[in-house]
Amino acid sequence: MIEEITILPGLDKTGCKENFTYITLKAGETISIVGPTGSGKTALITDIELLAQGDTSTRRRVIINGEIPADEIRYNPAMKPIVMITQNTKCFADLTIEEFLHIHARARKIPDEKVILETIELANNFTGEKIKKDTKVTVLSGGQTRSLLIADAILIGAAPIILLDEIENAGIFKQEVVSLIQNAGKMVVFVTHDPVIALLTKTRIIMENGAVKNVLYQNEPEIRAAQNLLELDKKIGNVREELRAGKAITFDFLAVNFA
Amino acid sequence: MKLVIIAGPPSAGKTSLTKQIVKRFRDEITIAFLKIDVVKAFEDIELRKEFGILTKKIYSGDLCPDHAGVMVLGDAVDWAEKSSADLLIVESAGLCLRCSPYLNQGLGIIVLSSISGIHAPEKMGAMVSLADIAIITKIDLVSQAEREVFIQKIREVHTKIILMETNALQGNSLNRLYNLIQNSPDINKDNLVLKGNPPLGTCTICVGKKEIGWKHHFGVIQKLDGQIAEYLYRGE
Ligand SMILES: Nc1ncnc2c1ncn2[C@@H]1O[C@H](COP(=O)(O)OP(=O)(O)OP(=O)(O)O)[C@@H](O)[C@H]1O
Ligand SMILES: Nc1nc2c(ncn2[C@@H]2O[C@H](COP(=O)(O)OP(=O)(O)O)[C@@H](O)[C@H]2O)c(=O)[nH]1
Ligand SMILES: [Mg+2]
Ligand SMILES: [Mg+2]
Ligand SMILES: [Zn+2]
Repeated sequence: MIEEITILPGLDKTGCKENFTYITLKAGETISIVGPTGSGKTALITDIELLAQGDTSTRRRVIINGEIPADEIRYNPAMKPIVMITQNTKCFADLTIEEFLHIHARARKIPDEKVILETIELANNFTGEKIKKDTKVTVLSGGQTRSLLIADAILIGAAPIILLDEIENAGIFKQEVVSLIQNAGKMVVFVTHDPVIALLTKTRIIMENGAVKNVLYQNEPEIRAAQNLLELDKKIGNVREELRAGKAITFDFLAVNFA
Repeated sequence: MKLVIIAGPPSAGKTSLTKQIVKRFRDEITIAFLKIDVVKAFEDIELRKEFGILTKKIYSGDLCPDHAGVMVLGDAVDWAEKSSADLLIVESAGLCLRCSPYLNQGLGIIVLSSISGIHAPEKMGAMVSLADIAIITKIDLVSQAEREVFIQKIREVHTKIILMETNALQGNSLNRLYNLIQNSPDINKDNLVLKGNPPLGTCTICVGKKEIGWKHHFGVIQKLDGQIAEYLYRGE
């Protein structure tokens, strides 16, 4: 069981030691990682995913439940308590969606065959254009690929720690992804430029120059700001869906959505 | 002296991986590097410039680079030992999918890129199946799920191979590899033999002689220190 993971400091891009003694993330917590482009957000979650032991470019070390993780946990997907959705939106494997999910389920030692179709179904909740089981993964669009990978991470990866790198950029239904993940009781780490996601998480890690610059905790006004933004975000989402569906914005629509 | 033989298709990341190994060990031990390629290679110059280690290269020309490797490896081991190297790294060309350059001693490493296609490991035969270690590179370019699908495919075909993933440009999570290199025993150069059976052909190696070095072979290739363009001895 994962109770907590601890990040030990490494070096920033100029080789200076990071300014914290350790950061502990607990089971069930939601965390966001924010900071300018190139500040090392992806590098930080990659360290977590690889369970870095001073052997990545940041020299950080990641400890599970107070112990250095065994090689088996680092290198065997079936033992790995972590799933990660990267910024990638492309698959290169010459496989159908069904084959891809089958092999991944074997890698993660999930015996249940039902999970394949369930994963495709879940992916179809996240994306506009539906995907089918005998489509090749190589022909999926960026958003479809990410939807599939998110569904895969939830049902096949099925790990207690989930790392998400800028899911807001995928053109998928963000709200559904966020609520689904937040209700799952997992440790969820979002790398994000999105203020709604950032304000909804309990812990906020701020990055700069390849290093952790600060760690902040969600406060009362932020929770309220998040609620307001969420309303706004829903409205923007509604407009987006209208436009995507080829509709024109009418006074009726305005009256309902922006009254 | 320890021996590491690195094989894999072109652009898989063999040189990038070599650089990480050199970076990790160069302050502690003396490293020698040999590049075997068919017509063109720059690795020796690159590594000498960047790290100041001992390097050499050989072109195999018309011959399978793995066959050429068998012939010159004896020389290369002598050269490296004479230069008091503690570690000899050999980067193969990795073009002949019928052969594999690994020996009965030292470590054999196959480098595969995670974007090289899901069926690549199956197609590469002995180059994968006879390796001790498989290093999957370019994991920064694919999703975690696809990485795991790729690994699973390799595991199902080659159950015993030790698998590791890395971004070879950064050398991520290679501690396990470094430990394996550190703990690999020194080679005994009088007993170096190819692991695999080379295919039928027209030279002493082709017909199944697996001993390393000139005294066991005749006919095809000139020695390591010949003229660059003259490595291939094309017969009388
Ligand atoms: N501590 C560090 N030491 C050395 N290199 C680092 C460090 N942190 C990050 N880098 C490198 O800096 C580059 C940019 O970092 P990264 O991709 O993590 O940025 P990011 O914050 O995710 O940016 P974006 O918002 O554009 O996705 C990468 O090549 C990464 O490997
Ligand atoms: N993104 C990425 N590029 C890589 C990685 N490994 C190698 N490369 C690039 O792939 C190309 C071929 O690498 P190289 O080491 O020369 O391959 P070799 O032909 O097998 O020696 C080079 O442009 C490298 O910079 C990796 O892990 N990630
Ligand atoms: Mg990033
Ligand atoms: Mg090379
Ligand atoms: Zn050959």
